[in-house]
Amino acid sequence: MDVALDVRFRKTLGSFSLDVSWQAGCEIVVLFGPSGAGKSLTFQALAGLVTPDEGRIRLGDALLFDSARGVNLPAREREVGYLFQHYALYPHMSARDNIRFAHPHPGSREADRELDALLQRFHLGEVADLFPRALSGGQRQRVALARALMRRPRWLLLDEPLSAVDLAVRRRIRTELKQLQRTLSIPMVLVTHDLGEALAMADYLVIYDGGRVVQAGTPAAILQNPENPVIADWAGSALVHGERVFSF
Amino acid sequence: MEALLSAARLSLLVSLSATVLIGLAGLGLAYLLASREFRGKHVLDALISVPLVLPPTVVGYYLVLLFGREGWLGAPLYRLTGWSAVFTWQGAALAAFVVALPLMVRVSRAAIQSVDRDLIQISATLGKSEWETAWHVVLPLARQGILAGLLLSFARALGEFGATLMIAGNIPGKTSTLPLSIYTAFQNGDDTLAQTLALLLTVISGAVIYFANRWTASRWM
Repeated sequence: MDVALDVRFRKTLGSFSLDVSWQAGCEIVVLFGPSGAGKSLTFQALAGLVTPDEGRIRLGDALLFDSARGVNLPAREREVGYLFQHYALYPHMSARDNIRFAHPHPGSREADRELDALLQRFHLGEVADLFPRALSGGQRQRVALARALMRRPRWLLLDEPLSAVDLAVRRRIRTELKQLQRTLSIPMVLVTHDLGEALAMADYLVIYDGGRVVQAGTPAAILQNPENPVIADWAGSALVHGERVFSF
Repeated sequence: MEALLSAARLSLLVSLSATVLIGLAGLGLAYLLASREFRGKHVLDALISVPLVLPPTVVGYYLVLLFGREGWLGAPLYRLTGWSAVFTWQGAALAAFVVALPLMVRVSRAAIQSVDRDLIQISATLGKSEWETAWHVVLPLARQGILAGLLLSFARALGEFGATLMIAGNIPGKTSTLPLSIYTAFQNGDDTLAQTLALLLTVISGAVIYFANRWTASRWM
């Protein structure tokens, strides 16, 4: 496996300590665990919004953070497409302007072209001139995703991308996100605390608990050989529900 | 009537000049205080705000110490240029600036701080510099608070009396702003003029407060 993402760092915030290490390829990586396990803090550290106490974060051949070498790329140079859990759309800009703003040269013709392509791709043409407060949850998410892509990311971080959308459209969004990753072929890391979702999405699954990685691997490998009673329990209950939540 | 017009014109000149300076300096200071931690921040904060609670005459006294012909800054300035702020409309504007600045800084700082942190962080991940984020995200979202701060400062500058009297004196047609003219008219027994001026100031200040409140009350979300 080509290592596209190499993450190992330590961060203490108050009484919570996060100490994680995992590596993944150019694939869909799911960080799964209960809330408070440190998934969101990991995202903030990856994106450069929080500085780890110690460690190293590497994306492909780019070193984003290395405490030993004094490297700490600021967030704006990490070329990340970060989807916040509540999207963080600019309330004073229309959907169109939200997306356009993310372009390196928002006023350029090129930005216009890319904007049109994204509006079409995410079926936002008809609501492009609406402000975020007038958009539905699903539309907001698509605007946020289009904005993240407008930035031309080298990797994607999606924080709970399915938690705020209706059950009915979840399956469709899962498929779309998978397709998106296959098309862009860049690493896509997403956070969830829903096991079904984790298993359905992950090429590579990283299981968090209490600020530590308790197990990492493909969903199949983890389910066949859960190293931790908590995971075995989770895995068991997923099977007991009898859902076909994963396909391998 | 002529005294009234001259005082009104002068007041407008003094308060508008002070407000322009307050807009520039106050916004910069508010942004600095809202977004940065640095040594001496609390001292700077206190220094900006202390004219809110000091008697204006004390503020005026310090201004004379600083900018008077014998002052720490005023003396070298006078030697170099032959000009001094004392007994000039610029002196009055300086007094209005110092006294009204804290209103701008406090109100616009609160507005800047109330901008959702997520919006600032997402900007960083989108590759935007702090300047771009300030210009396109923070300031537009804090706009109402900033305008309210400017309005309040303008109203305070318009009503400035004590510090103005100390540094600029009360020279009709030169430094006698509306509040000072009211005092002169009252002393001279010209009750009609005093009443007219008082009413004028009350109406202007009342309108300013009304709009400042409305602007701070409405929000995007």
